[in-house]
Amino acid sequence: MTPARTRLFALLACALLLALFPLFGGTFYVQLIAKVMILAIFAMSLDLLIGYTGLVSFGHAAYFGLAGYALALLGPKYEAASLWWSLPAAMAVCALFALVTGLLVLRTKGIFFIMVTLAFAQMLYFVFHDTKLGGGSDGIYIYNKPELKIGDFALANLDKIEHFYYFVLILMLAVYLLLRRVLGSTFGRALVGIKVNEHRMQALGFPVFRYKLASYVLAGALGGLSGYLAAVQFGFVNPEILSWHKSGQVMMMVILGGMGTLYGPVLGAFAFVLLQETFSNQAWFGSLAKHWQLAMGGFVVLVALYLPRGLAGLIERKAQPAVEEEEKPKEKP
Amino acid sequence: MDLAFFLIQLLNGLQYGLLLFLVASGLTLVFGIMGIINLVHGSFYMLGAYLAWSLAGLTGSLAAAIAVGIPLTVLFGMALEWLLIRRLYERDHLFQVLLTYGLILVFEEMRSILWGDDVHGLPVPALLNVSIPLTETLSYPVYRLFISGVCLLLAFGLYLLIQKTRLGMMIRAGASNRDMVQSLGINIKLIYTLVFAIGVALAAFAGMINAPLSSVFPNMGGQVLIICFVVVVIGGIGSVKGAMAASLMIGLADTFGQVLVPEVAGMIVYLLMAVVLVWRPAGLFGKA
Amino acid sequence: MSSNEKGFDRREFLKGTAAVAGATAVGTLAPFGLAHAQAGKIKVGLMLPYTGTFAALGVAITNGFKLAVEERGGKLGGREIEYIVVDDESNPAKAPENANKLIQRDKVDVVVGTVHSGVAMGMAKVIRESGTLWINPNAGADEVTGPLCAPNIFRTSFSNWQTTYALGKVLKERGHKNAVFITWKYAAGDQAMAAFKEGFEKEGGKLVKELFLPFPQVEFQALLTEIASIKPDAVATFFAGGGAAKFLKDYQAAGLKGKIPLYGSGFLTDGVLEAVGDAAEGVETTLHYADSLNTKKDNAFRLAYAKTYKLQPDVYAVQGYDAGQLLAAGLDAVKGNVGDKAGLIKAMEAAKIDSPRGPFTLSKAHNPVQDMYLRKVVGKQNLVQGVAWKALADPARGCKA
Repeated sequence: MTPARTRLFALLACALLLALFPLFGGTFYVQLIAKVMILAIFAMSLDLLIGYTGLVSFGHAAYFGLAGYALALLGPKYEAASLWWSLPAAMAVCALFALVTGLLVLRTKGIFFIMVTLAFAQMLYFVFHDTKLGGGSDGIYIYNKPELKIGDFALANLDKIEHFYYFVLILMLAVYLLLRRVLGSTFGRALVGIKVNEHRMQALGFPVFRYKLASYVLAGALGGLSGYLAAVQFGFVNPEILSWHKSGQVMMMVILGGMGTLYGPVLGAFAFVLLQETFSNQAWFGSLAKHWQLAMGGFVVLVALYLPRGLAGLIERKAQPAVEEEEKPKEKP
Repeated sequence: MDLAFFLIQLLNGLQYGLLLFLVASGLTLVFGIMGIINLVHGSFYMLGAYLAWSLAGLTGSLAAAIAVGIPLTVLFGMALEWLLIRRLYERDHLFQVLLTYGLILVFEEMRSILWGDDVHGLPVPALLNVSIPLTETLSYPVYRLFISGVCLLLAFGLYLLIQKTRLGMMIRAGASNRDMVQSLGINIKLIYTLVFAIGVALAAFAGMINAPLSSVFPNMGGQVLIICFVVVVIGGIGSVKGAMAASLMIGLADTFGQVLVPEVAGMIVYLLMAVVLVWRPAGLFGKA
Repeated sequence: MSSNEKGFDRREFLKGTAAVAGATAVGTLAPFGLAHAQAGKIKVGLMLPYTGTFAALGVAITNGFKLAVEERGGKLGGREIEYIVVDDESNPAKAPENANKLIQRDKVDVVVGTVHSGVAMGMAKVIRESGTLWINPNAGADEVTGPLCAPNIFRTSFSNWQTTYALGKVLKERGHKNAVFITWKYAAGDQAMAAFKEGFEKEGGKLVKELFLPFPQVEFQALLTEIASIKPDAVATFFAGGGAAKFLKDYQAAGLKGKIPLYGSGFLTDGVLEAVGDAAEGVETTLHYADSLNTKKDNAFRLAYAKTYKLQPDVYAVQGYDAGQLLAAGLDAVKGNVGDKAGLIKAMEAAKIDSPRGPFTLSKAHNPVQDMYLRKVVGKQNLVQGVAWKALADPARGCKA
């Protein structure tokens, strides 16, 4: 099989597995996997920045939270908002925020970029934490899940967890395919070029700043998509969803899965949540489960030291070298 | 606000700024010289505070606790650099963020296991436990002024160490060109280990000396960590001078922010940082 | 919901058989037998912080709850209790999911939690939808027994409103005409401040300034200077934990102590007296518990707690203990039949809890109607000075249930 076929086959197999899951998984686990898929979208959007454009953002939670608050504040309080306008609106708010902050943060590099993205996320955190705008530190409810209707016909009832699950699954696949498409285009290849050597791309005549900005805005909008879905799932937003810990966690997912590959962050999201559930499982670890953060922290340290290319790196070492080569154009001179 | 209170608030701001400098100085050193983003710096601050509390309990005095505690933290820092940090010098900042993020979780949980989750306090050393009356209702604790003095001394000492000593010269050289220094026969690895240990000790020292004021409580490191990053970034990475200027700026901004615009006080320091970086993308004293 | 009820039914059916087996020693000795668990145990989900800033509170509440159960021979309503523990990390972002874990995955009969108000808000969302019985042993968000009140939602602690409302009367009695309130800028601080203002102004006092500090910052110097320049008759405050300890010390060091009297909700001086030396000496606070109640019930509780856990109990332990007592009152009434939810809720609503803090009943919104004590710090203790407000009931604004 050619590498592209292998990937297509693996993708279809995973999609099928996920599609069948609600048939045998209990409600809680369907909820859980839906949550993980939302995080997978979130992680993919960050990977576009970290893994492909070389922009290490430490404030990506800002978009996750902002979209949730957008839904909570823009929608009617006691009726359901229509998904047709509320989702694009939430994503547009995030894109706008990314555009405005991007014009500023993209002027900085390296450590400074990391810190400025953090600063903007923190600012947003305090806006929602300290003002009454979104219920302050107690957060705010979204009483009704958005409606997905054409005319009077309901395409799906997001109150039903199975419907919601499939809705998220479709969106996750769509985001994956969209990003694959984007990255395969001239624009995408230019981004990778910028990651490797920005000056050279500049010299070659690429509008480097504009490309970076476009990537930053797209990542923000897709991060917003995941935040919107998360807000819909639990109907509750709180300032903590845009805290720097959240930004750290999604970064962890990206690296754990393998940055610079699109399926890596998806794997990473699954692995991250699975590990957390495992370490804190009282049935398995008894009183030690209380100290799950110790195990989690130790694990993060090990990944940083020994698994720089993440799970995807492990997989591809085993797969044909051809796959690896196609997956890593960045290492070509 | 009349003039007297304006001046007192000015003093508050400067004093808070100096305190920030104390914690941030170690960070800017490690950041600037080794190029390591060290998120776990706040945990060293917490470690220092808890060490001071438990050692002061054993020895009966804060001074003795610091005398015993500092060598311990230096050793701890060296071990940590040797075991973990040195593997990251060649790597992207991303992995440094990740590794030190993991260490935060580890240290926080270790603290919970070793020392529990209670709030503890340390008395201010008797000699310094007096206040100077400023107005009829307000007086200023001498211990705060003492800490300010220590910060100034420390800043001066750091400046001397880096600019005037042989070790400082090697450190500066190592920061700008690692390989060159190595080929001159200087043990750069040892220098890095030392710098990291100094950074750890500085953070721990800040935690120790501030413990009588701050009390000792879980997650105390997380509160100062981010603000210290802001200090270092505004000042320009690796610049002791910059860290000092930025600390004072933030101290003043935060103090007057709380008094004049309490609604947005939480945002002010981040706003300040964004503005500075847009104006000077490498910080106030950073080399672009 | 439907699966929950199915669970009840099955357990009901199996209970009969278990009662026979349970009578023999074999049944009680079998450790963690799965069949046994399904047969007779009532599942209690403890959703509390076991890591992070509030870990100590989570442990105290857990200890208190378990003590109440142990005192009844490990059984409530004749059935054994099985605990399922979830660490909520005091992270509101994870709250709905953690609550779901207990309700949907573990199918608990009752959820007990939590400390952090934001987390409680997230729990409330899920619990209102699932209809699971919830006993809140701490989080004081006014909303929980206000707009969010529901038949299945109970609280054995306090509402933020209760902790500072009575202060107004105290300040008035001390002859203070104006005051400054200082707290963190977050929901609990806002609510405590609003209640103080309401109580104080009703007594004719004037709140001259509201001072806020970004949460969880502990650099108080600027605001203390502000207080000194305003020179109010009194200062009232809401802080807790490490921040409270630092505030007390800074207040003393700034020379304000002894010049402008300091008052607060009791959390200001609970759990921090060891840490602050003499900085808290003489500070008066209001709370629903104190160190020297010296009632028969309280003495017995404190002795038993100290014996069992080698620790001194605090107000959080009491709240956890009463959560256990409240559940016991309900389950005893329905003889352990958790399927009879209406009966269970009715019994809990009517319960008169013989708490270490003194007996209390529940308001219509299921919040304790309790005496608020005036306490004064003497040495390392919060000594009772009297009752600041007899049977203070939260106004339950917005509760339509």
